[in-house]
Amino acid sequence: MALALSSISALALITIFIIIQGAPIITEVGMFNFIFGMTWAPSQGEFGIFPMIVGSAAVTVGAVLVGVPIGICCAIFLSEFAPVSVRNFFRPAIQLLAGIPSVVYGFWGLLFIVPFIREHLGGPGLSILAASIILGIMILPTIISISEVSLLSLPRQYKEGALALGMTQWQAIRYVQLPAAKSGIVAAIVLGLGRAMGETMAVIMIVGNSVALPQSILDPVRTLTTNIGIEMGYAAGEHRQALFATGIVLFIVIMILNATAQYITRRK
Amino acid sequence: MSESGLKPQMKYKIETKAVNLHYGSFHALKDVTMGIRDCSITAIIGPSGCGKSSLLRLFNRTNDLIPGVKIGGDILLDGDSIYDKSKDISVIRKRVGMVFQKPNVFPMSIYDNIIIGPKHHGVKNRSKLEEISESCLKQVALWDEVKDILKKSALDLPAGQQQRLCIARALAVEPEVILMDESCSALDPESTMKIEELMANLAQKYSIIIVTHSMEQAVRVSDWSAFMMINEDKIGTLVEYSETTKMFQNPKDQRTEDYITGRFG
Ligand SMILES: Nc1ncnc2c1ncn2[C@@H]1O[C@H](COP(=O)(O)OP(=O)(O)OP(=O)(O)O)[C@@H](O)[C@H]1O
Ligand SMILES: [Mg+2]
Repeated sequence: MALALSSISALALITIFIIIQGAPIITEVGMFNFIFGMTWAPSQGEFGIFPMIVGSAAVTVGAVLVGVPIGICCAIFLSEFAPVSVRNFFRPAIQLLAGIPSVVYGFWGLLFIVPFIREHLGGPGLSILAASIILGIMILPTIISISEVSLLSLPRQYKEGALALGMTQWQAIRYVQLPAAKSGIVAAIVLGLGRAMGETMAVIMIVGNSVALPQSILDPVRTLTTNIGIEMGYAAGEHRQALFATGIVLFIVIMILNATAQYITRRK
Repeated sequence: MSESGLKPQMKYKIETKAVNLHYGSFHALKDVTMGIRDCSITAIIGPSGCGKSSLLRLFNRTNDLIPGVKIGGDILLDGDSIYDKSKDISVIRKRVGMVFQKPNVFPMSIYDNIIIGPKHHGVKNRSKLEEISESCLKQVALWDEVKDILKKSALDLPAGQQQRLCIARALAVEPEVILMDESCSALDPESTMKIEELMANLAQKYSIIIVTHSMEQAVRVSDWSAFMMINEDKIGTLVEYSETTKMFQNPKDQRTEDYITGRFG
């Protein structure tokens, strides 16, 4: 009880601190100019984070496009087809995947994904695509484990009932079991979204970090998190406040995502 | 009168030939040979654990899903082996429908529950699907109760209605045989009565095989009864199989008599 209280109050303190630090700059440049401003030039007092919002959105959506189909297929394989021995091997392996430090993912992306994109697809290689692939892999453990649990926790009778109607095993999965597990799978996707959006270190290394609206997925971008990660070390004054304000935006978006995930899982 | 000159009730819809079933090393059924007649209700009765469900699940190849299962002998549907390698299991399951002990409606709307089967067997036309849903719901006497809430979740229905919906869902794929494994045991007496009436109606078109723990139910609804029991080696066997009236008035086997009188008296 005391522990729970203290962790909640720690969270509250962090929130209050970020808001106190970031709020003044938002009132100064105006909410609209801050969020929709196209120029980020702290030395000239210009604080528009729109390109970074676009960057975060692009990289997050990309991660979901990469990670969700693979993750759901893995979950279906593990819950429906894999023999117990295979399942028992993969479960800890997937947990291990979640434990790899994100800088290692970034390093790996820099060594393999970035050069591959540069040579075969063009552009600088440091790009939305590179970050999407790496983030897509990083969210796999979240997607797989939550989807798998929600598929496994379905009553066996759903599957039996579907097969008894003469549906094939794939039809049963596609049209009965997946829809029945929908809320769990959507929650998995939303949590994956939050994880992809919040990731910083791996993204800094492979996303290029240039503050401009991207024209294609081969262009480099900067995300909200990488903006904070790169500049916080030397920022002062209004610049520093603007980074905290960026944090507020990020914080709100991720809170909304997590609340959505909770709402979805609880509604059932 | 059918072509063979036999009344449909006399024709075998399903025949089992010396069927043996093993779950891994456990021998569950031994040498079960019986013929199940078309357009009639056959009840399988017997003490718990004697293999009634196991036998029933053989008729639509549901046991195939259990790892380590070995099936010996043969089962014929209209004279054709259903365990033949060339047979498409989903076609067999379409022809031999199943209703389970607990209602297992899918977590989707009432309407979608009914049409999901026909949809996957190639009926795409919407008005045709609506027609199927109406006629199946009417057959189980559920239409008047749900016709205004077809888009509502089937999970919100009371259990008795859910079970009738499951029967309607099974009917929607136009099966020839319907298997029911203690399908009334989770229901109140009134719902049970409704479903028994329904079985009697359905038996004019389909052959129905039920597993039941209730002697009274077997007597009330079935034309034929099969009594099963484990033998001295703890293997499930078919002890006696005859017309229900004969079996209950004049059982041939001492074990049948003991079971029936024990239960009734
Ligand atoms: N999947 C399985 N794996 C191993 N053994 C099984 C399996 N299913 C059933 N058995 C065994 O086979 C025997 C027959 O079981 P079955 O369920 O067919 O009996 P039943 O007559 O339907 O019993 P009840 O009246 O309790 O439903 C039992 O001893 C049971 O333990
Ligand atoms: Mg049983």
